[in-house]
Amino acid sequence: MDIYLPIANLSVNALVIVLLGGGVGLLSGMFGVGGGFLTTPLLIVYGIPPTVAAASAASQVTGASVSGVFAHVRRKGVDFKMGGVLVAGGLVGSVFGGWVFRLLQASGQIDTVIAIVYVVLLGSIGSMMAKEALGAIRAARLGLAPTARKRRHHPLVASLPLRTRFYRSGLYISPLAPLLLGFGVGILTILLGVGGGFILVPAMLYLLGMTTQVVVGTSLFQTLFVTAMATMVHATTTKAVDIVLAALLLLGSVAGAQIGARFAAKVKPEYLRLALAVIVLLVAGRIALGLGWRPDELYSVELS
Amino acid sequence: MRRGWIAVLLAPLLMAQSKPVLVPDVSQRDIEIQYSFTGANLLLFGAILYPGGRLPDDDKPTDIVVVVKGPVQSILVREKQKLGGLIWVNASRLRYRSAPSFYAIASSKPIARMLDARTRAIYELGLSSLQLSPASSAPTQEQDRFARGLVELKARTGLYVEAPQAVEITQGVLYRARVTIPARVPVGRFTAETFLIRDGRVLAVATREIDIRKSGFERFVARSADRHSVAYGLVAVALSVLFGWGAGVIARRF
Repeated sequence: MDIYLPIANLSVNALVIVLLGGGVGLLSGMFGVGGGFLTTPLLIVYGIPPTVAAASAASQVTGASVSGVFAHVRRKGVDFKMGGVLVAGGLVGSVFGGWVFRLLQASGQIDTVIAIVYVVLLGSIGSMMAKEALGAIRAARLGLAPTARKRRHHPLVASLPLRTRFYRSGLYISPLAPLLLGFGVGILTILLGVGGGFILVPAMLYLLGMTTQVVVGTSLFQTLFVTAMATMVHATTTKAVDIVLAALLLLGSVAGAQIGARFAAKVKPEYLRLALAVIVLLVAGRIALGLGWRPDELYSVELS
Repeated sequence: MRRGWIAVLLAPLLMAQSKPVLVPDVSQRDIEIQYSFTGANLLLFGAILYPGGRLPDDDKPTDIVVVVKGPVQSILVREKQKLGGLIWVNASRLRYRSAPSFYAIASSKPIARMLDARTRAIYELGLSSLQLSPASSAPTQEQDRFARGLVELKARTGLYVEAPQAVEITQGVLYRARVTIPARVPVGRFTAETFLIRDGRVLAVATREIDIRKSGFERFVARSADRHSVAYGLVAVALSVLFGWGAGVIARRF
Protein backbone atom coordinates (compact mmCIF):
# COMPACT_ATOMS: atom_id res chain seq x y z
CA MET A 1 0.00 0.00 0.00
CA ASP A 2 1.86 3.07 -1.22
CA ILE A 3 1.30 6.47 0.30
CA TYR A 4 2.78 9.78 -0.77
CA LEU A 5 4.48 11.83 1.94
CA PRO A 6 3.76 15.49 1.15
CA ILE A 7 6.78 16.97 2.99
CA ALA A 8 9.36 14.25 2.35
CA ASN A 9 8.26 14.36 -1.33
CA LEU A 10 8.36 10.64 -1.93
CA SER A 11 6.06 7.67 -1.69
CA VAL A 12 6.54 4.94 0.90
CA ASN A 13 4.87 1.67 1.75
CA ALA A 14 2.46 2.65 4.54
CA LEU A 15 2.51 -0.87 6.00
CA VAL A 16 6.31 -0.81 6.42
CA ILE A 17 6.16 2.49 8.30
CA VAL A 18 3.31 1.32 10.56
CA LEU A 19 5.20 -1.91 11.32
CA LEU A 20 8.40 0.05 11.96
CA GLY A 21 6.48 2.24 14.41
CA GLY A 22 4.94 -0.88 15.93
CA GLY A 23 8.31 -2.55 16.48
CA VAL A 24 9.77 0.55 18.10
CA GLY A 25 6.57 0.97 20.16
CA LEU A 26 6.85 -2.60 21.36
CA LEU A 27 10.37 -1.92 22.62
CA SER A 28 9.42 1.41 24.14
CA GLY A 29 6.50 -0.18 26.02
CA MET A 30 8.74 -3.01 27.19
CA PHE A 31 11.68 -0.91 28.32
CA GLY A 32 10.03 2.39 29.14
CA VAL A 33 12.08 4.39 26.63
CA GLY A 34 10.70 6.63 23.91
CA GLY A 35 12.38 4.69 21.13
CA GLY A 36 13.41 7.76 19.15
CA PHE A 37 16.98 6.44 19.10
CA LEU A 38 15.73 3.59 16.89
CA THR A 39 13.12 5.41 14.77
CA THR A 40 15.40 8.06 13.29
CA PRO A 41 18.17 5.70 12.03
CA LEU A 42 15.61 3.18 10.73
CA LEU A 43 13.75 5.87 8.78
CA ILE A 44 17.02 7.08 7.27
CA VAL A 45 17.90 3.52 6.24
CA TYR A 46 14.45 3.28 4.59
CA GLY A 47 15.29 6.33 2.46
CA ILE A 48 13.58 9.22 4.26
CA PRO A 49 15.74 12.40 4.19
CA PRO A 50 17.60 12.68 7.57
CA THR A 51 16.07 16.06 8.47
CA VAL A 52 12.51 14.85 7.86
CA ALA A 53 13.26 11.67 9.81
CA ALA A 54 14.56 13.51 12.89
CA ALA A 55 11.75 16.08 12.76
CA SER A 56 8.95 13.52 12.44
CA ALA A 57 10.37 10.99 14.91
CA ALA A 58 10.04 13.56 17.71
CA SER A 59 6.24 13.52 17.43
CA GLN A 60 6.25 9.72 17.69
CA VAL A 61 8.06 10.02 21.03
CA THR A 62 5.46 12.55 22.20
CA GLY A 63 2.73 10.03 21.46
CA ALA A 64 4.60 7.22 23.18
CA SER A 65 5.16 9.25 26.35
CA VAL A 66 1.58 10.59 26.76
CA SER A 67 -0.06 7.44 28.09
CA GLY A 68 2.97 6.78 30.30
CA VAL A 69 2.72 10.24 31.87
CA PHE A 70 -1.00 9.74 32.63
CA ALA A 71 -0.32 6.37 34.25
CA HIS A 72 2.49 7.79 36.41
CA VAL A 73 0.44 10.86 37.44
CA ARG A 74 -2.30 8.55 38.73
CA ARG A 75 0.36 6.67 40.74
CA LYS A 76 1.80 9.97 42.05
CA GLY A 77 5.03 9.09 40.26
CA VAL A 78 5.71 12.58 38.88
CA ASP A 79 7.58 15.33 40.73
CA PHE A 80 5.98 18.33 39.07
CA LYS A 81 8.40 20.84 40.56
CA MET A 82 11.43 18.89 39.34
CA GLY A 83 9.65 18.20 36.05
CA GLY A 84 8.88 21.89 35.61
CA VAL A 85 12.54 22.86 36.09
CA LEU A 86 13.67 20.15 33.65
CA VAL A 87 11.09 21.28 31.08
CA ALA A 88 12.19 24.91 31.42
CA GLY A 89 15.78 23.87 30.74
CA GLY A 90 14.62 21.59 27.95
CA LEU A 91 12.65 24.32 26.17
CA VAL A 92 15.63 26.66 26.15
CA GLY A 93 17.83 23.74 25.07
CA SER A 94 15.57 22.82 22.17
CA VAL A 95 15.57 26.38 20.82
CA PHE A 96 19.37 26.47 21.16
CA GLY A 97 19.52 23.02 19.56
CA GLY A 98 17.52 24.32 16.61
CA TRP A 99 20.17 26.97 16.06
CA VAL A 100 22.98 24.40 16.30
CA PHE A 101 21.07 22.17 13.87
CA ARG A 102 20.88 24.93 11.25
CA LEU A 103 24.55 25.77 11.75
CA LEU A 104 25.62 22.16 11.23
CA GLN A 105 23.26 21.79 8.30
CA ALA A 106 24.84 24.80 6.59
CA SER A 107 28.34 23.39 7.08
CA GLY A 108 27.26 19.99 5.73
CA GLN A 109 28.39 18.05 8.80
CA ILE A 110 24.98 17.39 10.38
CA ASP A 111 24.87 13.69 9.41
CA THR A 112 28.38 12.99 10.68
CA VAL A 113 27.75 14.85 13.95
CA ILE A 114 24.46 12.99 14.51
CA ALA A 115 26.20 9.66 13.89
CA ILE A 116 29.14 10.42 16.20
CA VAL A 117 26.87 11.65 19.01
CA TYR A 118 24.81 8.48 18.63
CA VAL A 119 27.85 6.21 18.79
CA VAL A 120 29.30 7.94 21.86
CA LEU A 121 26.02 8.16 23.79
CA LEU A 122 24.58 4.77 22.92
CA GLY A 123 27.93 3.03 23.27
CA SER A 124 28.68 4.37 26.75
CA ILE A 125 25.13 4.05 28.10
CA GLY A 126 24.68 0.61 26.54
CA SER A 127 27.84 -0.77 28.12
CA MET A 128 26.97 0.80 31.51
CA MET A 129 23.52 -0.78 31.39
CA ALA A 130 24.87 -4.17 30.29
CA LYS A 131 27.41 -4.19 33.13
CA GLU A 132 24.78 -3.23 35.70
CA ALA A 133 22.22 -5.78 34.41
CA LEU A 134 24.77 -8.61 34.32
CA GLY A 135 25.75 -7.82 37.90
CA ALA A 136 22.12 -7.89 38.99
CA ILE A 137 21.51 -11.21 37.23
CA ARG A 138 24.60 -12.77 38.84
CA ALA A 139 23.51 -11.51 42.26
CA ALA A 140 20.04 -12.98 41.76
CA ARG A 141 21.54 -16.35 40.69
CA LEU A 142 23.73 -16.50 43.81
CA GLY A 143 20.70 -15.66 45.92
CA LEU A 144 22.19 -12.44 47.24
CA ALA A 145 19.91 -9.63 48.24
CA PRO A 146 20.54 -6.69 45.89
CA THR A 147 22.81 -4.27 47.68
CA ALA A 148 20.89 -1.06 48.04
CA ARG A 149 23.01 1.70 46.58
CA LYS A 150 23.28 4.65 48.88
CA ARG A 151 21.30 7.49 47.37
CA ARG A 152 23.23 10.71 47.13
CA HIS A 153 23.84 13.38 44.56
CA HIS A 154 27.08 14.17 42.86
CA PRO A 155 29.41 16.51 44.85
CA LEU A 156 29.34 19.07 42.02
CA VAL A 157 25.55 19.27 42.32
CA ALA A 158 25.86 19.94 46.05
CA SER A 159 28.19 22.88 45.43
CA LEU A 160 25.65 24.86 43.36
CA PRO A 161 23.92 27.82 45.04
CA LEU A 162 20.20 28.65 45.58
CA ARG A 163 19.16 25.36 47.12
CA THR A 164 15.51 24.51 47.23
CA ARG A 165 13.45 21.54 48.36
CA PHE A 166 12.02 18.98 45.91
CA TYR A 167 9.68 17.05 48.21
CA ARG A 168 8.66 14.17 45.98
CA SER A 169 12.20 13.57 44.78
CA GLY A 170 13.41 13.71 48.34
CA LEU A 171 16.05 16.31 47.50
CA TYR A 172 17.36 19.62 48.75
CA ILE A 173 19.50 20.86 45.86
CA SER A 174 20.01 23.84 43.60
CA PRO A 175 17.50 24.02 40.70
CA LEU A 176 20.43 24.91 38.43
CA ALA A 177 21.48 21.25 38.23
CA PRO A 178 18.20 19.93 36.73
CA LEU A 179 17.98 23.10 34.61
CA LEU A 180 21.33 22.34 32.98
CA LEU A 181 20.43 18.67 32.62
CA GLY A 182 17.17 19.62 30.90
CA PHE A 183 19.06 22.03 28.65
CA GLY A 184 21.48 19.32 27.49
CA VAL A 185 18.72 16.81 26.85
CA GLY A 186 16.74 19.48 24.97
CA ILE A 187 19.64 19.95 22.53
CA LEU A 188 19.86 16.20 21.97
CA THR A 189 16.11 16.01 21.37
CA ILE A 190 16.38 18.45 18.49
CA LEU A 191 19.58 17.03 17.02
CA LEU A 192 18.74 13.34 17.23
CA GLY A 193 14.94 13.28 17.33
CA VAL A 194 15.13 11.31 20.58
CA GLY A 195 13.22 11.85 23.82
CA GLY A 196 16.40 11.60 25.84
CA GLY A 197 14.95 9.28 28.48
CA PHE A 198 17.92 6.98 28.11
CA ILE A 199 20.21 9.78 29.31
CA LEU A 200 17.82 11.52 31.66
CA VAL A 201 16.96 8.44 33.76
CA PRO A 202 20.57 7.50 34.63
CA ALA A 203 21.43 11.16 35.20
CA MET A 204 18.50 11.63 37.58
CA LEU A 205 19.47 8.49 39.49
CA TYR A 206 23.22 8.89 39.69
CA LEU A 207 23.87 12.64 39.31
CA LEU A 208 20.87 14.14 41.11
CA GLY A 209 20.18 11.14 43.34
CA MET A 210 16.38 11.25 43.00
CA THR A 211 14.04 8.73 44.64
CA THR A 212 13.57 5.82 42.23
CA GLN A 213 9.77 5.96 42.42
CA VAL A 214 9.50 9.33 40.65
CA VAL A 215 12.40 8.99 38.19
CA VAL A 216 10.60 7.34 35.25
CA GLY A 217 7.41 9.41 35.59
CA THR A 218 9.31 12.71 35.82
CA SER A 219 11.53 11.76 32.91
CA LEU A 220 8.47 10.98 30.78
CA PHE A 221 6.91 14.29 31.85
CA GLN A 222 9.99 16.14 30.59
CA THR A 223 10.08 14.05 27.40
CA LEU A 224 6.43 14.87 26.63
CA PHE A 225 6.93 18.63 26.74
CA VAL A 226 10.37 18.80 25.18
CA THR A 227 9.50 16.54 22.22
CA ALA A 228 6.35 18.62 21.66
CA MET A 229 8.57 21.70 21.66
CA ALA A 230 11.02 19.95 19.33
CA THR A 231 8.18 19.35 16.88
CA MET A 232 7.29 23.04 17.07
CA VAL A 233 10.92 24.14 16.55
CA HIS A 234 11.25 21.85 13.52
CA ALA A 235 7.87 22.93 12.14
CA THR A 236 8.86 26.59 12.26
CA THR A 237 12.55 26.42 11.32
CA THR A 238 13.41 23.39 9.17
CA LYS A 239 9.76 22.89 8.08
CA ALA A 240 10.53 19.20 7.85
CA VAL A 241 7.75 17.71 10.00
CA ASP A 242 5.82 15.32 7.79
CA ILE A 243 2.45 14.93 9.43
CA VAL A 244 1.51 11.91 7.30
CA LEU A 245 4.73 10.12 8.24
CA ALA A 246 4.20 11.03 11.92
CA ALA A 247 0.62 9.72 11.87
CA LEU A 248 1.72 6.39 10.35
CA LEU A 249 4.49 6.02 12.93
CA LEU A 250 2.13 6.92 15.78
CA LEU A 251 -0.47 4.43 14.63
CA GLY A 252 2.04 1.61 14.93
CA SER A 253 3.93 2.80 17.97
CA VAL A 254 1.03 3.52 20.35
CA ALA A 255 -0.42 0.07 19.64
CA GLY A 256 3.01 -1.56 20.00
CA ALA A 257 3.68 0.30 23.25
CA GLN A 258 0.56 -1.13 24.91
CA ILE A 259 1.45 -4.68 23.89
CA GLY A 260 5.05 -4.15 25.03
CA ALA A 261 3.96 -2.82 28.43
CA ARG A 262 1.90 -5.97 29.06
CA PHE A 263 4.75 -8.20 28.03
CA ALA A 264 7.17 -6.32 30.29
CA ALA A 265 5.08 -7.12 33.38
CA LYS A 266 5.83 -10.83 32.88
CA VAL A 267 9.62 -10.65 32.50
CA LYS A 268 12.27 -10.08 35.19
CA PRO A 269 13.44 -6.45 35.01
CA GLU A 270 17.18 -7.27 34.97
CA TYR A 271 16.72 -9.45 31.87
CA LEU A 272 14.78 -6.61 30.23
CA ARG A 273 17.60 -4.19 31.02
CA LEU A 274 20.16 -6.60 29.57
CA ALA A 275 18.09 -7.00 26.38
CA LEU A 276 17.79 -3.21 26.02
CA ALA A 277 21.53 -2.85 26.56
CA VAL A 278 22.20 -5.36 23.78
CA ILE A 279 19.87 -3.52 21.38
CA VAL A 280 21.44 -0.17 22.23
CA LEU A 281 24.96 -1.57 21.68
CA LEU A 282 23.93 -3.15 18.36
CA VAL A 283 22.54 0.17 17.10
CA ALA A 284 25.71 1.97 18.22
CA GLY A 285 27.88 -0.66 16.51
CA ARG A 286 25.94 -0.41 13.26
CA ILE A 287 26.24 3.37 13.16
CA ALA A 288 29.96 3.20 14.00
CA LEU A 289 30.52 0.78 11.11
CA GLY A 290 28.55 3.09 8.83
CA LEU A 291 30.97 5.92 9.65
CA GLY A 292 34.04 3.87 8.80
CA TRP A 293 32.80 1.93 5.79
CA ARG A 294 33.12 3.44 2.36
CA PRO A 295 29.59 4.80 1.77
CA ASP A 296 27.54 3.67 -1.24
CA GLU A 297 27.06 7.29 -2.23
CA LEU A 298 30.10 9.53 -2.01
CA TYR A 299 28.05 12.46 -3.22
CA SER A 300 24.97 14.05 -1.71
CA VAL A 301 22.73 16.78 -3.05
CA GLU A 302 20.82 19.43 -1.19
CA LEU A 303 18.79 22.38 -2.38
CA SER A 304 20.37 25.74 -1.80
CA MET B 1 17.29 42.82 -61.12
CA ARG B 2 13.70 42.83 -59.81
CA ARG B 3 13.42 39.06 -60.06
CA GLY B 4 16.58 38.76 -58.01
CA TRP B 5 15.02 40.83 -55.21
CA ILE B 6 11.95 38.65 -55.16
CA ALA B 7 14.06 35.55 -54.92
CA VAL B 8 15.95 37.03 -51.93
CA LEU B 9 12.71 38.00 -50.17
CA LEU B 10 11.16 34.62 -50.71
CA ALA B 11 14.26 32.67 -49.75
CA PRO B 12 13.47 32.20 -46.03
CA LEU B 13 9.94 31.05 -46.84
CA LEU B 14 11.13 28.60 -49.43
CA MET B 15 13.79 27.29 -47.10
CA ALA B 16 11.28 26.87 -44.30
CA GLN B 17 9.12 24.95 -46.70
CA SER B 18 11.88 22.52 -47.45
CA LYS B 19 12.25 21.49 -43.80
CA PRO B 20 10.02 18.97 -42.06
CA VAL B 21 7.81 20.06 -39.13
CA LEU B 22 7.06 18.25 -35.88
CA VAL B 23 3.57 17.97 -34.39
CA PRO B 24 4.09 16.64 -30.86
CA ASP B 25 1.74 15.85 -28.01
CA VAL B 26 1.84 14.28 -24.55
CA SER B 27 -0.64 11.96 -22.88
CA GLN B 28 -0.96 14.18 -19.81
CA ARG B 29 -0.59 17.97 -19.68
CA ASP B 30 -1.27 18.07 -15.92
CA ILE B 31 -0.03 15.55 -13.42
CA GLU B 32 -1.60 15.76 -10.00
CA ILE B 33 0.18 14.29 -7.01
CA GLN B 34 -2.25 12.61 -4.67
CA TYR B 35 -1.99 10.30 -1.67
CA SER B 36 -1.36 7.21 -3.78
CA PHE B 37 1.06 8.86 -6.23
CA THR B 38 3.94 6.53 -7.07
CA GLY B 39 5.02 8.23 -10.28
CA ALA B 40 3.54 8.83 -13.70
CA ASN B 41 3.89 7.16 -17.05
CA LEU B 42 4.04 9.74 -19.82
CA LEU B 43 3.41 8.85 -23.43
CA LEU B 44 5.01 11.32 -25.82
CA PHE B 45 3.88 10.95 -29.38
CA GLY B 46 3.42 12.92 -32.59
CA ALA B 47 3.89 13.14 -36.31
CA ILE B 48 6.63 14.33 -38.65
CA LEU B 49 5.21 16.50 -41.46
CA TYR B 50 7.41 16.57 -44.56
CA PRO B 51 7.07 19.38 -47.09
CA GLY B 52 4.67 18.28 -49.76
CA GLY B 53 3.84 15.17 -47.78
CA ARG B 54 6.69 13.27 -49.43
CA LEU B 55 9.10 11.24 -47.40
CA PRO B 56 12.70 11.91 -48.37
CA ASP B 57 13.75 9.24 -50.82
CA ASP B 58 17.43 8.98 -49.89
CA ASP B 59 18.49 6.24 -47.49
CA LYS B 60 19.68 8.53 -44.65
CA PRO B 61 17.82 7.60 -41.46
CA THR B 62 15.52 10.03 -39.64
CA ASP B 63 15.80 10.03 -35.84
CA ILE B 64 13.68 11.39 -33.04
CA VAL B 65 14.92 12.44 -29.60
CA VAL B 66 12.53 13.29 -26.78
CA VAL B 67 13.76 15.16 -23.69
CA VAL B 68 11.65 15.70 -20.58
CA LYS B 69 13.12 18.25 -18.17
CA GLY B 70 12.03 19.25 -14.68
CA PRO B 71 12.34 22.76 -13.23
CA VAL B 72 15.95 23.82 -12.63
CA GLN B 73 17.20 24.00 -9.07
CA SER B 74 20.08 25.66 -7.36
CA ILE B 75 21.83 22.81 -5.59
CA LEU B 76 24.83 22.10 -3.42
CA VAL B 77 26.72 18.86 -4.06
CA ARG B 78 28.93 17.53 -1.29
CA GLU B 79 31.64 14.94 -1.65
CA LYS B 80 32.65 12.55 1.13
CA GLN B 81 36.30 11.83 1.79
CA LYS B 82 37.96 9.64 4.36
CA LEU B 83 39.21 11.74 7.26
CA GLY B 84 42.35 10.54 9.02
CA GLY B 85 41.86 7.03 7.65
CA LEU B 86 38.97 6.65 10.08
CA ILE B 87 35.59 8.07 9.14
CA TRP B 88 33.92 9.38 6.01
CA VAL B 89 32.88 13.02 6.18
CA ASN B 90 31.67 15.63 3.72
CA ALA B 91 34.92 17.25 2.72
CA SER B 92 34.37 19.40 -0.36
CA ARG B 93 31.41 20.94 -2.10
CA LEU B 94 30.34 22.56 -5.32
CA ARG B 95 27.31 24.72 -6.01
CA TYR B 96 25.29 24.49 -9.20
CA ARG B 97 23.07 27.41 -10.09
CA SER B 98 20.73 25.62 -12.46
CA ALA B 99 20.75 21.85 -12.53
CA PRO B 100 17.59 20.23 -13.87
CA SER B 101 15.69 18.47 -11.08
CA PHE B 102 14.63 15.81 -13.58
CA TYR B 103 16.05 14.91 -16.97
CA ALA B 104 14.95 12.02 -19.17
CA ILE B 105 16.14 11.53 -22.71
CA ALA B 106 14.64 8.93 -25.02
CA SER B 107 15.89 8.43 -28.55
CA SER B 108 15.42 6.13 -31.51
CA LYS B 109 19.11 5.16 -31.34
CA PRO B 110 22.06 6.12 -29.10
CA ILE B 111 22.53 9.89 -29.36
CA ALA B 112 26.30 9.62 -29.71
CA ARG B 113 25.65 7.84 -33.01
CA MET B 114 23.46 10.59 -34.48
CA LEU B 115 25.10 13.86 -33.37
CA ASP B 116 28.62 15.07 -32.72
CA ALA B 117 29.66 16.26 -29.26
CA ARG B 118 29.37 19.96 -30.12
CA THR B 119 25.78 19.71 -31.33
CA ARG B 120 24.90 17.54 -28.33
CA ALA B 121 26.28 20.23 -26.03
CA ILE B 122 24.37 23.02 -27.81
CA TYR B 123 21.02 21.28 -27.43
CA GLU B 124 21.92 19.61 -24.07
CA LEU B 125 21.27 16.14 -25.41
CA GLY B 126 22.46 13.29 -23.22
CA LEU B 127 23.56 13.04 -19.60
CA SER B 128 27.16 13.82 -20.50
CA SER B 129 26.16 17.05 -22.27
CA LEU B 130 24.11 18.70 -19.52
CA GLN B 131 24.84 22.38 -18.85
CA LEU B 132 24.94 22.33 -15.06
CA SER B 133 26.48 25.82 -14.67
CA PRO B 134 28.73 25.24 -11.65
CA ALA B 135 29.28 28.37 -9.53
CA SER B 136 32.91 27.68 -8.81
CA SER B 137 36.44 28.46 -9.87
CA ALA B 138 37.67 24.95 -9.05
CA PRO B 139 39.96 23.25 -11.57
CA THR B 140 38.21 21.59 -14.51
CA GLN B 141 39.29 18.18 -13.28
CA GLU B 142 37.47 18.64 -9.98
CA GLN B 143 34.40 20.10 -11.70
CA ASP B 144 34.22 17.09 -13.99
CA ARG B 145 34.48 14.72 -11.03
CA PHE B 146 31.61 16.50 -9.27
CA ALA B 147 29.48 16.56 -12.42
CA ARG B 148 30.02 12.81 -12.91
CA GLY B 149 29.15 12.16 -9.25
CA LEU B 150 26.00 14.26 -9.46
CA VAL B 151 24.80 12.63 -12.68
CA GLU B 152 25.49 9.11 -11.36
CA LEU B 153 23.68 9.84 -8.10
CA LYS B 154 20.66 11.27 -9.90
CA ALA B 155 20.67 8.35 -12.35
CA ARG B 156 20.60 5.83 -9.50
CA THR B 157 17.57 7.51 -7.94
CA GLY B 158 15.79 7.52 -11.31
CA LEU B 159 15.84 11.30 -11.67
CA TYR B 160 18.24 11.33 -14.63
CA VAL B 161 17.36 8.78 -17.27
CA GLU B 162 18.93 7.96 -20.62
CA ALA B 163 16.90 5.55 -22.74
CA PRO B 164 18.37 4.92 -26.19
CA GLN B 165 16.05 3.01 -28.52
CA ALA B 166 13.00 4.01 -26.46
CA VAL B 167 11.49 6.02 -29.32
CA GLU B 168 9.55 4.01 -31.84
CA ILE B 169 9.07 5.46 -35.34
CA THR B 170 6.26 4.05 -37.45
CA GLN B 171 6.52 4.28 -41.23
CA GLY B 172 8.82 7.27 -40.96
CA VAL B 173 6.05 9.68 -39.89
CA LEU B 174 4.63 8.69 -36.50
CA TYR B 175 6.69 8.42 -33.35
CA ARG B 176 6.02 7.45 -29.76
CA ALA B 177 8.05 7.18 -26.55
CA ARG B 178 7.33 6.33 -22.96
CA VAL B 179 8.94 8.23 -20.09
CA THR B 180 8.43 7.33 -16.45
CA ILE B 181 8.37 10.18 -13.97
CA PRO B 182 9.23 8.91 -10.45
CA ALA B 183 7.43 10.03 -7.28
CA ARG B 184 10.52 11.88 -6.05
CA VAL B 185 10.30 14.73 -8.57
CA PRO B 186 9.68 18.25 -7.33
CA VAL B 187 6.51 20.02 -8.39
CA GLY B 188 6.59 22.65 -11.08
CA ARG B 189 6.60 23.16 -14.83
CA PHE B 190 8.19 20.39 -16.87
CA THR B 191 9.01 20.66 -20.56
CA ALA B 192 8.91 17.93 -23.16
CA GLU B 193 11.08 18.76 -26.16
CA THR B 194 11.12 16.74 -29.34
CA PHE B 195 14.05 16.92 -31.79
CA LEU B 196 14.04 15.72 -35.36
CA ILE B 197 17.52 14.68 -36.41
CA ARG B 198 18.78 13.78 -39.85
CA ASP B 199 22.26 13.46 -41.20
CA GLY B 200 23.90 14.76 -38.03
CA ARG B 201 21.79 17.94 -37.91
CA VAL B 202 18.81 19.03 -35.84
CA LEU B 203 16.10 19.84 -38.39
CA ALA B 204 13.14 20.65 -36.16
CA VAL B 205 12.38 21.23 -32.49
CA ALA B 206 8.98 21.37 -30.80
CA THR B 207 8.12 21.87 -27.14
CA ARG B 208 5.15 20.99 -24.95
CA GLU B 209 4.70 21.86 -21.30
CA ILE B 210 3.58 19.60 -18.48
CA ASP B 211 2.50 20.87 -15.07
CA ILE B 212 3.15 18.68 -12.05
CA ARG B 213 1.51 19.79 -8.83
CA LYS B 214 0.28 18.47 -5.55
CA SER B 215 -3.48 18.37 -5.29
CA GLY B 216 -6.11 17.97 -2.62
CA PHE B 217 -4.86 16.91 0.79
CA GLU B 218 -1.16 16.77 -0.19
CA ARG B 219 -1.27 20.31 -1.51
CA PHE B 220 -3.08 21.47 1.63
CA VAL B 221 -0.49 19.84 3.91
CA ALA B 222 2.52 21.15 1.99
CA ARG B 223 1.05 24.65 1.87
CA SER B 224 0.12 24.71 5.56
CA ALA B 225 3.58 23.50 6.58
CA ASP B 226 5.10 26.34 4.60
CA ARG B 227 2.74 29.24 5.27
CA HIS B 228 1.15 28.47 8.64
CA SER B 229 4.03 26.65 10.29
CA VAL B 230 2.99 27.43 13.88
CA ALA B 231 -0.53 26.09 13.41
CA TYR B 232 0.87 23.11 11.51
CA GLY B 233 3.25 22.31 14.38
CA LEU B 234 0.43 22.62 16.92
CA VAL B 235 -1.72 20.21 14.90
CA ALA B 236 1.18 17.72 14.72
CA VAL B 237 1.65 17.91 18.51
CA ALA B 238 -2.10 17.64 19.16
CA LEU B 239 -2.26 14.62 16.87
CA SER B 240 0.49 12.78 18.73
CA VAL B 241 -1.01 13.58 22.16
CA LEU B 242 -4.40 12.40 20.94
CA PHE B 243 -2.98 9.16 19.53
CA GLY B 244 -1.04 8.35 22.71
CA TRP B 245 -3.92 9.23 25.02
CA GLY B 246 -6.46 7.34 22.89
CA ALA B 247 -4.33 4.19 22.84
CA GLY B 248 -4.00 4.35 26.63
CA VAL B 249 -7.78 4.69 27.09
CA ILE B 250 -8.52 1.81 24.70
CA ALA B 251 -5.87 -0.42 26.31
CA ARG B 252 -7.33 0.09 29.80
CA ARG B 253 -10.74 -1.16 28.58
CA PHE B 254 -9.39 -4.59 27.67
